[in-house]
Formats: sequence, structure tokens, C-alpha cells
Amino acid sequence: MFTYYLDLALRSLKRNKALTALMVLALALGIGASMTTLTVLHVLSGDPLPGKSHQLFYPQLDPQDMDGYKPQDEPPEQVSWIDGMALLQARRAHFQALMTGGAVPIQPAQSSIDPFFEDARYTTADFFPMFDVPFLYGQGWNATDDEASAHVAVLTRELNEKLFGGKDSTGQTLRMNDVAFRIVGVLDSWRPTPHFYDLNTGSYSADEGVFVPLATATDLKFARNGSTDCWDKGSSENMKTATCTWLQFWVQLDTPAEATAYREFLLNYSREQKALGHFQRPPNVRLRDVMGWLDYNKVVPSDVHLQVWLAFGFLLVCLVNTVGLMLAKFLRRSGELGVRRALGASRRSLFAQLLVEAGAVGLVGGAGGLLLALLGLWLVRGQPSDYAALAHLDLPMLLATFVAAVMASLLAGLLPAWRACLTPPALQLKSN
Amino acid sequence: MQIQPILAALRRHRLATALIALEIALACAVLCNACFIIAQRVSAMHIVSGADEAALASVQLTGYDSAQAADVDARALAALRAVPGVESVSPINSIPFGSRRGTAGISTDAAGEHFGGVIEFYVGGPGSLEALGAKVVAGRAPQPDDFRAFTGFMPDGGSVQITRALAEHLWPGADPLGKEFWSLKSHYRVVGVLKDLVRPDPTGWTPEQRQWSVFLPAQPGPYLTGSYLLRANPGDMPRVMRDALAAVAKAVPEVVIDREASQSVSDLRHDVFKNDRVMAAMLVGVIFAMLMVTALGIVGLASFWVQQRRRQIGIRRAIGATRRDILHYFQTENFLIVGGGIALGMVLAFALNLVLMKHYELPRLPLYYLPVAALALWVLGQLAVLGPALRAAAVPPVVATRSV
Repeated sequence: MFTYYLDLALRSLKRNKALTALMVLALALGIGASMTTLTVLHVLSGDPLPGKSHQLFYPQLDPQDMDGYKPQDEPPEQVSWIDGMALLQARRAHFQALMTGGAVPIQPAQSSIDPFFEDARYTTADFFPMFDVPFLYGQGWNATDDEASAHVAVLTRELNEKLFGGKDSTGQTLRMNDVAFRIVGVLDSWRPTPHFYDLNTGSYSADEGVFVPLATATDLKFARNGSTDCWDKGSSENMKTATCTWLQFWVQLDTPAEATAYREFLLNYSREQKALGHFQRPPNVRLRDVMGWLDYNKVVPSDVHLQVWLAFGFLLVCLVNTVGLMLAKFLRRSGELGVRRALGASRRSLFAQLLVEAGAVGLVGGAGGLLLALLGLWLVRGQPSDYAALAHLDLPMLLATFVAAVMASLLAGLLPAWRACLTPPALQLKSN
Repeated sequence: MQIQPILAALRRHRLATALIALEIALACAVLCNACFIIAQRVSAMHIVSGADEAALASVQLTGYDSAQAADVDARALAALRAVPGVESVSPINSIPFGSRRGTAGISTDAAGEHFGGVIEFYVGGPGSLEALGAKVVAGRAPQPDDFRAFTGFMPDGGSVQITRALAEHLWPGADPLGKEFWSLKSHYRVVGVLKDLVRPDPTGWTPEQRQWSVFLPAQPGPYLTGSYLLRANPGDMPRVMRDALAAVAKAVPEVVIDREASQSVSDLRHDVFKNDRVMAAMLVGVIFAMLMVTALGIVGLASFWVQQRRRQIGIRRAIGATRRDILHYFQTENFLIVGGGIALGMVLAFALNLVLMKHYELPRLPLYYLPVAALALWVLGQLAVLGPALRAAAVPPVVATRSV
């Protein structure tokens, strides 16, 4: 029966090509625009570390003085050196890492490559196991290297490609800022999106190419990138004693019980610091997991949300348009439907036949929408925003496009099909 | 033109009429708000900077040890000043539409209880305010002994020039000259008022906050290096910049020139608003596609109606209606349906605006958008219905006598 309906639908669609083309075009435009914006939203609000993100937490403390204090204020978004080191050395979590972003001049041994600046991450050793960073060669450094301020470095696959032609470079020497570093590891391709562990250096920008122990970087006074928030006198003379927050601190807590215990630990730490006179404000701590932290920072640009809203408004206009056109199309065939009714077809089977026709329009419209979405994403990728390069259609979005298109056209077909089925057969036959 | 028979006919096509009206209403809501957002973005792009943008450029150096700052600074300044065409080079921490290094919260009392907002401190050496081209409209420009030596981020006190917008925000209606404010325990006194001086990153702030800037005079020193404001003849700017960057690269080969930030201020301004341009372009695309779909939908439904009513049209023609009457009939019908849609659309436009205001910091939709959108949709409807209406007018009276 379905193939018969499909045949009828195709004949009917062929009979009035202009109207069919109009319906398909309207649907394709609406679906294309919605899918383009939805894909961008989907990419930007994705989980950077699926399966692990709910075990990773970002502790926040409030070490500021009483200036401008309001009880409901959020604590600073980073930690100071003193607090960061204290939390790191407390070792209360499964893994913990203290880090900041920076940039280092790289002076390649090969004369063919000019010295250049590379974004870097200065971090403690747990960064690699905590974030499940994949290694192509070698491995990360360990806590002993951190304590010894060892001159060791980990490269990303891309930088290793550039400097060593992709060969295993572990054990080789790399000169950065006129200091020789031993390469201990090379990462495999790894680009968590968004760049959740440090949102100061651009939420979606390309990641750093080289990793260096935090202590080494601070000893050698490597240049920092990121934000610094100060209170009291601030002062950047010595960042280790400055009343400024400038480091990110992440912990891995495997179970909810551990997370509760850690929050308690943060509160106790704040109370203790207040008692010692280091903190002045009442304890004010936060312990957000990765998705909570991204939400709190509103990493997805509000323009992207706005575009989704508008695209759906546009889809709605297109849908209403398709409903109107389908109504015209179905009512125009009242005569044919009347004959089928007179020959014994039930209302239900007429309804099914018309819905098959609507579904066929949806399928073609979906294909058109997919092409338009690919075109739209290609246009988005040509834009200068730093997330532009990420806008690619993935399999779930591809399927979603077709499901959405067919659902939309079925929905658009419901009302006209019902209206067309209501026509009494005798009246239709008579009027012709 | 009699409206009564048209309404009577429409009553027999309630569903189709309602659908067109609904489509027009949705289009009206999206059209008003999209146009409003475009207007907002365009006006943001045309923000007054208060600086002689065309004559200014930024040169940013990084990657040198702070111990060598003074030496690097001296060599870079000498090299930049020697470039032919350069009128002046001044050390300054932030650049309009460029580097941002002086963002800080302030309060209007020493205890920090009256928060004054987060503002931008332009910390500049002698001559930098003149180089910027910011106009002092009240009080005085910095005097030679206003420029104080400092350590850390900025001088911990001094006499400053603030913008009119910030003065009005901090002390509404009062004379700002002689007033004081505090930031990070440091105390500043207002001695001059600037007409305008935009903050380096205007896009992240509300329209009111975009001009909250302060000029803080400072002695060049180890803490004010690596960031230079270069002034040159606007027509000569591309060549001057090319030569200037080449000269710096030669004079201080050990530093890294931040090429992305070292551009003319006009180019920096262009980059700052790139996202707004993208958004506006996308909205224009959506509006165009939506109007096209709406128009084609009207064409489709009107054609259907014309075909359905061929016999009635023939009868009307046979009993004396002119072609013009038939044409006017369909035009009036469309005018009424679109009018109904617009009435509903205005309500929807305001509802959508309320949602956007709540979530996206959009101001209230000005009322004059509504008649403009209504006019646009009426014109669109008339254009769309013209083809089918002409075809209806062309139906010969003889159709009345035929059975099919």
C-alpha cells in the first residue's frame, strides 16, 4: 500500500512542479538555516571531555580584602600562587593541577626554521593523567620534575610535526627563551573544545603547542598570557606573593562523596586562612564541574543563541508557508480524492496517502536543507571568529536534519490532509 | 471598492486566509526584531572613538625579559622615531580598539563602598593624550609634573582626565572637576574632562559603558614599555607602518612583534567589530530569504484561488465587471489579509522583543519600526499578488458559459 501511495504522491508532485518546488524550497531554506545555527551551537556547547568531565572540578576561593565586599558575590575565577600551591600540596583529590597560559620564544636547532613564538601552558604534572591527554611518544613529567623545576617539555603533535617532521623527538633538546629543555613527550592530536581549563586565552582558540612545568616557567620568568585580578595593592613585582589571582586550579574527584568532602575541605581551608588573618572575607567557595564551569562563564557567545532563535523563527515562517501551499495542493485535488472515496477508500487511507505525499516533500526538502546547511557551515567557516573552523556537520546532526525535515513536513501536512479528507465525496463528484 | 463581498468570500476560505495572515504575522515579528538588531550592530560599529583613528597606529612588542625593558624601550623608540613620516611615538598601555591593559574597578569613596563601575585607565607618557587627539572640553590637559614615575600596573595616584560619559555616570549633573575616585587603594583627582575616548574593547560593554575611560599621565619607565602609539599622516599610514615594523625588527631583533596587535587603529577598529558585521550580514540573509519565501507563498496560494474561482470570475465579467474590477478585487483581498497579519504581527514583534530583552540585553523596540515593517509587508503582498491578479483579470467572460 505504501508503494502505491508513494507512486500516487510522486505523480501528484510531478503534476504541479512549480508548487512542489516552492514547498521544497521553503522547507529546505528553513531546515538549512536552522541546522546551520544548531550545528554551530552544538559544536560550541559540546562536552570537551565526554565521560570524564563530570569528575573534573574547578575550586574557587575568595582571598580578597573587604573592599567592595557584597555577601552574594561570586569568588574570583582564578587562584593566587599561595592558595594554589597550598591546595596543590594538600593532595586531597585524586589528581590536581595548577596552571597558567603563556607564550615562549622557540629557537629551533635547524637553521631552516626562524625563531618563533608559541603559546605554552605552564602546569604541574597531573595535567596529563587528569585530562586523559593522549601521548604519541613518551609521557608527561612527574611530581619530582615539578619540585626540581626540571627543564623538561611536552610538545603537541602539530609542533612536533613542525620542528621534527613528526619523528619521535623524546630525549632531544629544544631551546626556548635561550634555555635548553629536554623533550619528554609528544601528544597525539588533542584539542578539547571549548578550551575549558583556561577560558582567559580564548574559549575556542587554537590550543598551546608546548607544555612546561609551572615551577620551571616561573623560575625562568617566562611570559604569561591570561588575566590577572588584584586587590589591595596588587603589585606585579613578584607574582608569587602578589595579592592577585592568576592561576587555574583543577582537581579530579571520582565520586560525589569525594566532591562533597572536597567542598568541606575548601571551606575549612578558608576558615583556617581567615583565622590566620590571610583571608578577610567569610568563607566563599565554589566547586563546579566542567559543564557547570562552562555554563557559569557563558562560553557560548550570545550571538550564537540569538542566531538559533532567529533561524527557528524563520523555520516557523517557512512551515506556515508550506502548510498553506499543501492546503492549496490537496484541495485542488478534491475531485480525485472524491473519486477515490466513492470507489471505497476510507478517510483513513486518504489521510495516509496525503501524509505520504507530505513526507516525500519533507525528504526532498531535507536533502535540500542538508545541502544548504553544508553551504551555510562553509560560509560560517569563512568567518573571522575563532570558533569558525570548528563548524562541521557531524553524523548526529546529519540524521537530525532528515528527521527534522520529515517531521516538519508531516506536521505541515496534517492540517491540510485532514481538511482535504473532510470533503464529502458526493459533493466533489457533483461539482465536477 | 466594496469590501463586504471580499470578506464574505474570505469567510469561506478561513483556513487558507488564517495561514497567510499567520505567515505575515510571524514574518513581521522576525522582520522588526532582525532589523532592530542590525541597526544596533551598525550603530555600535559607528561608535565615536574620540581619537584621530586614521592618523594612529599601535606597535606592540613582547618576549623580552623585564630586566632588559629599559634598553629594549630606548632602542625601539629611537628606531620608530627615525622612520620617515612618523610624527610622534608615545608609550601608552592601552590603545583604542587594540591592546587592553588598564581595566580596573573604581569607587567614589576611599572605603570602597560606592562602586563606580569597571573603567579603562589609559596610562600614557608625555604627549600621548595629544597624539591620541582626544579633546579636553573642560579643565586642563596634563601638565609636565602630572606625569609620575611608577612601579606595577599604573601610578598609584595622580591627576587625571576623564570622559564626559564617565563623569556623568559617576557624578550626574555635577561638575566633575576636582572630584576624586579610588582604585586598588590608589587615589585619583579629576583635573580635566575629555569629549570622548572609547575603551579598547567596546563590544563587551553596554552602549553607556563604552566611553568609560580615564587618561592617567605617567613617566615612561620599565613598566610602560613595549606598547607604543604611533602618529603619522593618514595617507602615508600603510607605508609608515611597514617601515616602522621593519625598523623595530632590525633595531631590537630579540623581541617578538605582536603583528596582530601592531596595526593602524583603523584596521584594529575593523577587527573589533568583525563579529557584529557577521551577525548583521547573517540577519540580512535571513530577512531576504524570509521575505522571498513569504512572497512565493502568497503567489502560490493566490494562484490556487484564482484557478479555483475561474468560473466565478467569468460570471462577474459576463455581468459587467471590468478587468480593473477583478484586478482590484484580488489586490484588496490581499491588502486585507496582510493587514490582519500585520495587526497580529505587531503584538508578536513586541512579544519577541520582550524575550530578546530578557536574554540578550537588547533595548526596547522603538515604535517607528512597526509602521515601516507594515508598509514593507503591504508592498511585498501587493507585488506578490500582482501576477495571479493579472491572470485573474485576463479570464474571459466566456468561461461563465462553459461547464469546466
